[in-house]
Amino acid sequence: MRAQSAAGSDGFVAPDVSDFWQPLFGTDGPFAVTRASVVLVLSVVGICWLLLAATRKLSLVPGRTQLVTESVYGLVRNSVARDVIGSKDFLRFVPLLFSMFILILVNNLFGVVPPIQFPTMSRVAMPAALTLVVFVLYHYLGIRKRGVVGYFKSLMPPGIGIGLGLLIYPLELITYFFTRPVTLALRLFGNMFAGHLLLLLFITGGEYLVFEAGGAGMMVAGGVSWFMAFVMTVFEILVEFLQAYIFTLLAALYLAGAVADEH
Amino acid sequence: MAAVYSVLASGDEEGFWAEAAPIIPHPGELVFGIVAFAILYLVVARHVVPRLEQVLSERTTAIEGGLERAEQAQVQAEAALTQYRAQLAEARGEASRIRQEATEEGAAIVVEMRARAQAEADRIVAAAQQQIEAEHQHALIALRSEVGDLATELASRIVGEALADEARSSRVVDRFLAELEHLEPVAANGAGAPTGQDG
Repeated sequence: MRAQSAAGSDGFVAPDVSDFWQPLFGTDGPFAVTRASVVLVLSVVGICWLLLAATRKLSLVPGRTQLVTESVYGLVRNSVARDVIGSKDFLRFVPLLFSMFILILVNNLFGVVPPIQFPTMSRVAMPAALTLVVFVLYHYLGIRKRGVVGYFKSLMPPGIGIGLGLLIYPLELITYFFTRPVTLALRLFGNMFAGHLLLLLFITGGEYLVFEAGGAGMMVAGGVSWFMAFVMTVFEILVEFLQAYIFTLLAALYLAGAVADEH
Repeated sequence: MAAVYSVLASGDEEGFWAEAAPIIPHPGELVFGIVAFAILYLVVARHVVPRLEQVLSERTTAIEGGLERAEQAQVQAEAALTQYRAQLAEARGEASRIRQEATEEGAAIVVEMRARAQAEADRIVAAAQQQIEAEHQHALIALRSEVGDLATELASRIVGEALADEARSSRVVDRFLAELEHLEPVAANGAGAPTGQDG
């Protein structure tokens, strides 16, 4: 956007943060309806419709749609929820983890799907919203299981003397109340933001080199830049899947820590 | 921070969100994120996961049921085989028992028949002997009276006088026969009753 508008006047302006700020409706203030919000709502409607349609008529011998649905569901249910939380009470977390995984996956993939091409999670508020759910839930579960005092006691690693404990305990508090949520949200945001920025750079840069820089060498460089954009897109698809998986896996780990019998 | 507050307050000041550090969450998006996720979660938790869990458990049940049925069928087949073998052995035993019985019965029948035939033969022989005896006796009696008559006839002829008197003639005959009995050892208890049918 800015790159194109600025390109006419004085050389190439690299894409930056402002390219991710796209208020669509209302003001451009704190409660503007942004492109990320619209894409997120669209994704939720699409996911709900797809899942409800795919699970309307389930049979013991699955068809193709059911097979795909069941494989994605089985990945979250068995490889994430059951293996991490344990077979005792993983089932109650499956809906949360499954909806989290599928929402992040679809929104990440939107980053490279042509008509949309905007990764919702590149706006930090989106992963922050999901992280908030995980953060509140695992503290709530831990406190409900052990009581407030018991929960804060359980944050202390066992088998450590008082001296070392005084040193370790603040670090544990920071881990549970700051590092975990912040890294969980920022990891997803950072990957999506950086990946998309890189794609923008290669594509708009290539465009500038080919159409405006002038000269055969520049055009070749622009072609190389576009090829890199293609390679990065393929790589980005892998990252998008991986980040959705990692976010869900870590959420399961944190929840498992809260409901585990032993620290 | 003052800038942040003023933007949050007015919401109309251009440029803050466009240039804000990317790690500052946009409140509107945060609200959208939470609400959208809540809706998705409700749909997934209420409809999608129960359906999928149901089909998973149905599949498990079906597979376990199939295995169980196969196992049951095998057990039944084994039981049937055992039963068949037992019946076969029983039938063989029964057959040999019947054969044995038939042999024994046959032998018994032969023995019985032989005994019965023997008895019959004995009876026939005895009856024949009895009849012979009776006829002999009868003949003896008939002969005695006949011989008496003949002898009387002959004597009267020879003597020339008719021994009309029955009592006398019978006395003479009796005496004669008694003399005969001294010569022949024949039971002569009834010999004294010639009726003299001729007279």
